[in-house]
Amino acid sequence: MSKLEAKLYGPRWKPFIGFIALILALPFFVHAPHIFTILILIGIYSITTVGLNLLAGYAGQVSLGHAAFFAIGAYVSGMATTKSAISPWAALLLAMAITFAVAWLIGIPILKLKGHFLALATLGFNIIVYILISGLTDYTGGALGLNNIPALSLFGLDLSDPLHFYYVIWALAALVILFSTNIVRSPIGRLLRSIHDSEIATETLGVNAAKYKVYIFALSASFASLSGSMYAHFIHFIAPPTVNTSFSILLLIMVMVGGSHSIWGAPLGTAIIMFLQEVIRNVSHSYLKISGPVEIVVYGFVIVLVMMFLPQGTISLFSRLDAAFPRIRNKTLKQETGG
Amino acid sequence: MDFAQVVQYLISGLTVGSIYALLAIGFVTIYNTTGILNFAQGEFAMIGAMSCISFIGWGFPMYAAIPSAILVTSFVGLFLERTLIKRARRSTPVHMVVITIGLSILLKGIGMIIWGTYPKSLSPIIHAAPIEIFGAVMTSQSLFIFIVLIMLLILLYLFFDKTYLGSALRASETNPRAANLMGINTQSMSALSFSLAAALGAISGIIIAPMTDATYEMGLMIGLKGFVAMVIGGMNNISGAVMGGLLLGVLEAFSNGFLSSTYSDAISFSVLLLVLFLRPMGLFGKTSGARV
Repeated sequence: MSKLEAKLYGPRWKPFIGFIALILALPFFVHAPHIFTILILIGIYSITTVGLNLLAGYAGQVSLGHAAFFAIGAYVSGMATTKSAISPWAALLLAMAITFAVAWLIGIPILKLKGHFLALATLGFNIIVYILISGLTDYTGGALGLNNIPALSLFGLDLSDPLHFYYVIWALAALVILFSTNIVRSPIGRLLRSIHDSEIATETLGVNAAKYKVYIFALSASFASLSGSMYAHFIHFIAPPTVNTSFSILLLIMVMVGGSHSIWGAPLGTAIIMFLQEVIRNVSHSYLKISGPVEIVVYGFVIVLVMMFLPQGTISLFSRLDAAFPRIRNKTLKQETGG
Repeated sequence: MDFAQVVQYLISGLTVGSIYALLAIGFVTIYNTTGILNFAQGEFAMIGAMSCISFIGWGFPMYAAIPSAILVTSFVGLFLERTLIKRARRSTPVHMVVITIGLSILLKGIGMIIWGTYPKSLSPIIHAAPIEIFGAVMTSQSLFIFIVLIMLLILLYLFFDKTYLGSALRASETNPRAANLMGINTQSMSALSFSLAAALGAISGIIIAPMTDATYEMGLMIGLKGFVAMVIGGMNNISGAVMGGLLLGVLEAFSNGFLSSTYSDAISFSVLLLVLFLRPMGLFGKTSGARV
């Protein structure tokens, strides 16, 4: 049985242990503060991309509106902690609950659409949320955004220290990943995959596909809300441009570049895109003297190339590597015994 | 509100709407021949506007700069189809969405490197005194845009209905498999539709540039408006797309004028969502079994 499970889903604990080890080890090697900030941002964004991966990769439902859910999280947390005395953690949970409810309500009509039209509708939703945030100046600060969002503390641990925040955000990310691998390996995960392959076939089996699509949409939205809240408390500031449609597009790109067929693709893709952004920005600004967001050229190029030549994402390189060795082993084994 | 004001909004709405309509026609053409919703359509408008401005900067007269810009853009469309889209034809819709988004980002970046980040302006294409209709003013630019739209519609009608190539393109829109069996090379039809859509995008970019300045990032928003126009009008026919574009333009002008300019885009996209939820085949589209 465990062999079958490993065949179906790949090894479970091996990548997880490697991941934890990497997370624990990195602060000992990374000292430059701005790279450390990037590591923290990767942790924050990974929570969103893992959720988006469940939706896009497993259930096959593309969303270009996750920045809106990220925004709801960030703004509910920001407004609650700057304008009232609610505990930040209570505000975070409240934001997740609100986002879950909003996504559930939006999800019922929106997920009836498929493919390109779903992408367009979620993008439209993102634009509406963006405009509302910019327009409702009394509550959200409008274009100026919300300032002085307080830092978090956890059981007396002060999270304004980047190192502490780093461990907490990655612990959260690890929990989200663990939770998501559990979903993938559960009957719901198998249902999502079958919806991905053929929604009609799934419904023919008597499954209410719409219900599961809405459920996973709302779940992945509340992950985005969680990461939005953490972002607000880390940066201490949130403004409309952060949650524009280009952020939604970036999130989907992270998922697809990492690989949408494995949960691990999401953090990998997030890390690749974040570091790519950083490297290109450095190279272009300090060596080539080009101003403006030039990294988008390389972005665009990488996205198109990965989608065309590695449609399973960069994570598939790992599984290929993994698959290459047993094959060699089997071959030698066969030669030894079968000769 | 008085009557003149309503007419004024109507005129400005129809002007902007004509531009949306042109973009929507481009979307419809590509979507129906290839099944791809091309997220890079707005970038074709950017390339058209920017290269037209460059040609004029090099001393080209207007009547030579415009066709050259259209030609350049349709070559870009053709090149992209031949090199990338053709190879990616078997991709899933999710991959296709991401590929065309990647393309639009790539084109935007190239545009930024070539033309810089500062907005550029294009002088009005024709100069004539504004016309007064029912107390409202119609600028020569608006009139020019209407004339362009009407002429293009006539040309497109003649092309699709009266030429062999147009019929072949239409056939591969209706039923690619049957068209293929009848000896139509659907591959080259896909290339043709991309260059046609790019040319239409370029025209809309060139006519919008004198009204709002052209920048390397103008593509996203007008591309999205073209989408919305297409969805409102209906995906499967050009006349629907035109109606959708005009309707969207008028809706925007009125919500801008009577409600608030902050929320006018929010209203447009709410209409998009409503149409998608209630009439996913579009307001002017025909219902067909296996669509959306």
